[in-house]
Amino acid sequence: MSQTTPRISFNAIREQAEKRRKELDETGLPKVHIGMATCGIAAGALETKTAFEQALADQNIAARIHAVGCLGHCYAEPLVLVENPGWPPIFYYGVTPGNAGMIVRAFLRDGDPLLETLLGATEPNDLIPQVKDFPRFAFEKKVITQKSGFIDPEDVYDYIDHGGYETLSACLEKSPGDILQEVVHSGLRGRGGAGFPTGTKWRLAREAEIEHKVVICNADEGDPGAYMDRTILESNPHQVIEGMVLCAYAVGASKGIIYVRAEYPLAVRVITKALQQAEGLGLIGKNILGTDFSFDLSLFQGSGAFVCGEETAMIQSIEGYRGVAQHRPPYPVEKGLYGWPTVINNVKTFASIAPILERGAEWYRSMGTDKSPGTAVFSVVGNVVHPGLVEIPMGVDLRTLILEICGGIPNKKAFKAVQIGGPSGGCLPERFLDTPIDFDSLTEAGAMMGSGGIVVMDEDTCMVEVARYFLDFTQKESCGKCTFCRVGTKHLLGILERITKGEGRETDLKTLQELSQDIKLGSLCGLGKTAPNPVITSLRYFREEYEAHIKEKRCPAKMCRSLTAFYIDLDKCARGCDACVGSCPVEAIFTTKDRKKAVDQILCVKCGECMVACPVEYSAVKKISPAQLAPIIPRPEKKEDKKAE
Amino acid sequence: MTKLLVDNKEIEIEPGTVLLEACLRNHIYIPNLCYLPGMPHPDASCRLCFVEIDGKVVPSCTVKVNGPMRVKTDTPAVRKLQQSALRLLLSVHEVDCANCPANKQCALQEIARFLRVGLKPKGLDRLLKEPSIVSDHPFIDFYPNRCVLCGRCVRLCRTKEGRPQMNFSARGFNTVISFYGANRESMPTCEECRSCLKACPVGALVLREPARE
Repeated sequence: MSQTTPRISFNAIREQAEKRRKELDETGLPKVHIGMATCGIAAGALETKTAFEQALADQNIAARIHAVGCLGHCYAEPLVLVENPGWPPIFYYGVTPGNAGMIVRAFLRDGDPLLETLLGATEPNDLIPQVKDFPRFAFEKKVITQKSGFIDPEDVYDYIDHGGYETLSACLEKSPGDILQEVVHSGLRGRGGAGFPTGTKWRLAREAEIEHKVVICNADEGDPGAYMDRTILESNPHQVIEGMVLCAYAVGASKGIIYVRAEYPLAVRVITKALQQAEGLGLIGKNILGTDFSFDLSLFQGSGAFVCGEETAMIQSIEGYRGVAQHRPPYPVEKGLYGWPTVINNVKTFASIAPILERGAEWYRSMGTDKSPGTAVFSVVGNVVHPGLVEIPMGVDLRTLILEICGGIPNKKAFKAVQIGGPSGGCLPERFLDTPIDFDSLTEAGAMMGSGGIVVMDEDTCMVEVARYFLDFTQKESCGKCTFCRVGTKHLLGILERITKGEGRETDLKTLQELSQDIKLGSLCGLGKTAPNPVITSLRYFREEYEAHIKEKRCPAKMCRSLTAFYIDLDKCARGCDACVGSCPVEAIFTTKDRKKAVDQILCVKCGECMVACPVEYSAVKKISPAQLAPIIPRPEKKEDKKAE
Repeated sequence: MTKLLVDNKEIEIEPGTVLLEACLRNHIYIPNLCYLPGMPHPDASCRLCFVEIDGKVVPSCTVKVNGPMRVKTDTPAVRKLQQSALRLLLSVHEVDCANCPANKQCALQEIARFLRVGLKPKGLDRLLKEPSIVSDHPFIDFYPNRCVLCGRCVRLCRTKEGRPQMNFSARGFNTVISFYGANRESMPTCEECRSCLKACPVGALVLREPARE
């Protein structure tokens, strides 16, 4: 009897994938790859795709349009890669429907690559600059997101053709212990935030002598401004699935769940399709690749509670209870879903597994730092020139990430602070820019790695307002179970609100400080324990801003509305110009006796539109804090009033 | 039996006993609200029963005694957290003891006396919920501003015969206790059980006076 091995079973699948690609290659048609993850679609990628189809039909040009995931370059969306035979592949950025038609006519029809609208080429050539000379590309080291943006997430064969599931087929011929050993040796630490060694967690699960074991992928990403997990799932779901199957094989699990929040409809659709395709090819489900290893993997949609990203709350939620955190121990890996040992890892952790097992633990350890090996994916947003997803080796410092890779702060503003780790993280000032990005250095500085959200803030950001914003979030998202988080965060928020309104009291800073410490020490779960971090760090590094709000009723960044005012500098205001008048939504701007303009401070809602409308050559509209400093200019009496008298 | 040292007092207890329980049985008081003896998993939600073990402050309801240990119940770190938790609970509590049926048998009063915290703590604003009385049970009134959300009622209700009749609802600061049904027919077991009324450490669940029915 002939013995089928996983490799033999997989070879048949891979041949199918290669055959499909060859057929496409042999046509010799140009290819247009359009980034169609949520970010691309939001920027108009659907319209761009339609425009390409229309233009190609109009020009009677045959080409293949390939919907791919996200490359992480949010600033450049919709991002399109055009492969025109005879040319290097070229990236075009900000491709509007109009640009799409132009690319088809000029480049595909007439052979003009439109040098002024392209981002760069992906291969060396004599004519077009390469993207890899651009810092945004040069510093990146792609492991987790290596295939994202190049493959169609809804086509399993595309993933297989790029080397996908190859590692799974090879690993199924090894013993589970060998795979576990390799993961342990790689030093991979959980990418969900806490940085617990993945190999240790897996070993604990493997050693548990209970028949049923569960693997859960935590895709309940909810930090404001963070979208790493969503993008990975939307761009390359199979790499996550492959990692989960490898984990299940290593720990001996028979059931798996991908916990995605329902607010990610595209991710849900892409994963659902990916699971169907993987099951159809025997890559998940019963007797994977002809072996006697079976792994039932399904999708669970969370209903939008941030706290369900906490593992015990997540388990409660899957079991059908309120998403409420439980005391640990027992840890899920001892006693998790329905009491079974449960491995819960983040999307990025699972997505790292196949590359590690493919290229080896040594290779993985060669990247990053000694204690935090490998790469990390960040979503860098806020006041940066090139926001988006960035994958870099651990240990790169914040300065390189923010000022070089992401292009620094726009509009010639100064850097003020960077918020790392979402609502659980902290705000670090400029002197921490040389901090290497790894689990331990960030924790030492008072921030935390978190799952990878980075918000960059310029000089116009008020740190008290930032702390208030994050507390507003955690306070709303608290499950309400334990006293410190339920009541404590509400008080923190109340005090911060009061300070931003200029109603702060002298004792408030002391209360904030002490209450924050107590919440951190006394709360039940990670959400509560980390919720005061934005307050603690902003108080530590930007205390003078708090004091200015309380003592002088002044917002140094001129951001808090109650403490600022707009006025018009009469020396600069041009007689007869009324650019600002039409911009005011509440008719607060009036004409003075000498035909200049002034702001009625009582009517003004401080929207700042007049400041935008005022021509640059005058720049007469000024913003000032505290609000009382704005000069009060009396409104001239109206003529009608005089008549009435 | 295993021996442990609590505040220099040696006590003996069966292995596997919850530390809080062990102390209470030996007349060493530790403030607590949410602890229910015999439950498989500690709720650990009230954050009052802290003790110090080897320099670490932990809730004593989450620790099982499985061997000799040294426990301190009265260190500055323990008291600071306990007082802070109690102040938070009192800051959302409608302190109107004279008109509360739990007056003089109220756990909050007892803990406040023990921890030397005034019933109207300074520094924190009082935050109350609306409405202050919820009458969605056929004969029990719920007072959200008296409730400390210890959850004893909810957990007891869950262990009773038949389907549970109450649960937490809403979340965060707005969390309250809600009943599933509003008429006597849909809640047949409530009449005899009344465990929730007995379990409430404060006066949050009150039998409605016949006159109001």
